[in-house]
Amino acid sequence: MIKFSETHEYVRVDGEYGYIGISDYAQKQLGNVVYVDMPEEGDELEAGEDFGAIESVKAASDLIAPVSGEVVEVNTALESDPRAVNRDPMANWIVKIRLSDPSQLDSLMSQEEYEGYCKK
Amino acid sequence: MNRELYGKLVFELSRPGRRGYRLPQSHISSSDLVGSKGEKAPEIPSVLLRRQQLSLPECDELTVVRHYNNMSTNNFGVDTGFYPLGSCTMKYNPKINEEVASHAGFASAHPATPGYASQGRLRLYRTLERALSEIGGMAEFTLNPFAGAHGELTGLMVIRAYHDSRGDKRRRKVIVPDSAHGTNPASAAVAGLEVVEVKSLPDGTVDVEALRPLLDDTVAAMMMTNPNTLGIFEHSIPEIARMVHDAGGLMYYDGANLNPMLGMARPGDMGFDVMHINLHKTFSTPHGGGGPGSGPVGVRAGLECFLPSPRVVEHADGTLDLEYSHEALGSISATLGNFAVQARALAYILSLGSDGLMEAGSLATLNANYVKEALKGDYLLPVEGLCKHEFVFDGLSDKSTGVTTLHVAKRLLDHGYHAPTIYFPLLFHESLMIEPTETESKETLDEFVAVMRDIAREARETPDIVLSAPHNTPVTHPDDTEAALNPHVTFDMC
Repeated sequence: MIKFSETHEYVRVDGEYGYIGISDYAQKQLGNVVYVDMPEEGDELEAGEDFGAIESVKAASDLIAPVSGEVVEVNTALESDPRAVNRDPMANWIVKIRLSDPSQLDSLMSQEEYEGYCKK
Repeated sequence: MNRELYGKLVFELSRPGRRGYRLPQSHISSSDLVGSKGEKAPEIPSVLLRRQQLSLPECDELTVVRHYNNMSTNNFGVDTGFYPLGSCTMKYNPKINEEVASHAGFASAHPATPGYASQGRLRLYRTLERALSEIGGMAEFTLNPFAGAHGELTGLMVIRAYHDSRGDKRRRKVIVPDSAHGTNPASAAVAGLEVVEVKSLPDGTVDVEALRPLLDDTVAAMMMTNPNTLGIFEHSIPEIARMVHDAGGLMYYDGANLNPMLGMARPGDMGFDVMHINLHKTFSTPHGGGGPGSGPVGVRAGLECFLPSPRVVEHADGTLDLEYSHEALGSISATLGNFAVQARALAYILSLGSDGLMEAGSLATLNANYVKEALKGDYLLPVEGLCKHEFVFDGLSDKSTGVTTLHVAKRLLDHGYHAPTIYFPLLFHESLMIEPTETESKETLDEFVAVMRDIAREARETPDIVLSAPHNTPVTHPDDTEAALNPHVTFDMC
């Protein structure tokens, strides 16, 4: 299952874990990504709060957590190759978290709803 | 300029042994030098003497003259061409400013000259300070901060010192609109305060209803730019000021967009308590390429005591002096700020006079609206209606061509214009922010409008020419991603 937030982050759910990254629409709007500021393992993410930032040649934007949970893994490959976010944003997630409140997923958008949201 | 011939670095032009002129070797050794009492000059200790030749470029005089003359023509400034960089107020810097600032009494002043020997310079400081207080509707100004962001930091330190002086140490929250300049949250963070963002309405003005729940007894200040980043006047400003004051916070005015307000409306009358002014924007002092800038800070009555030291004070007999007060927040600069910049700003104010300043603000507003109305069919105008000194398009109206704001900006370079501000503010995806300023003639604006329309037509008919721009700049397509990731800032001389 994959869900999207209004601030263009996605969470791909795999059992009790969620992989969080930015959507294809977001990477296109940002342009070439030059730096991803990521949290550390063990940090607690709170839904709606920023957990890092993504910097492109155009702008720097906060990363907003779509759901709450504890960071269990950080995609350190993005440190040396931030452009991976542009190449394949869905495969190149930013953090993996242990979902603390899966019911939060219900308030996020499905793929279809998100595509409609972006067209607005 | 032929770049192949004349575009090389001076290090690439270097040839061993080549020289301009060389003075003959001196036959006097340093040990022969004696002082007035016959004492010998001390030898420079051998450990301090350089053992290798300096690795400097070696060129003949003509090569050096051509090199620097050609390089000077690569510069672009308001003196070269139209520079509609939004939010930066790139107005013309009148040459009389330079004449005044280069007056020997100003230019050769030493910053440590005592006050009694600097009466003329202190009078200049005091006169500008009074003029800015009148323009801003404030009680007092300090001219000491070196730039706009330095002024913001100083202003926020004043606000913090004010709350602390009342023992109200919980006030650490600074409210900043989502359209604000990035320096606002940055300055608040540097001042040790916590930034909270307030949303804008679709027309870009602050959402009063979104502001209301943020106002509690932890609010130190609200920072606003008025007119805001979209060039829209914040009509709710009296209500916002009342709400923030009722909550015990102070109102901070970011003077970045003061230009259209000159003589029309004063931040002090709008309810602001603290403000800064960018002399390098509104008051026509050099800007870009390092300025240097100047960010005077004004405060309403009751807050003067917190302004940084030193302050220029006037004694009853009319003499001026420097004052270092214990209540002040300390010093934010070693001296009285960028004095030569202050001299230029005062020259501008006095040469225009109050009528001229009012006209400057109105003309800036007229020029912006003229360009906006002329281009709003080809370019998407997200907020209709009168703007002040600047406005923002959300890219081209026709989104089907693949031509983005970035491409339009690059194509403008081919026509000899400095690009407008792009992708700021972040309220729109394709922001293109234009600020013509008052110093441009109708002919210049008409030519710019014609070129902008041409680019819109090219985007529809021959998009490749826009997508591949710029075509005739010295550097055409730098890899900006690679430049950000792996900046190469040195030249290998070996």
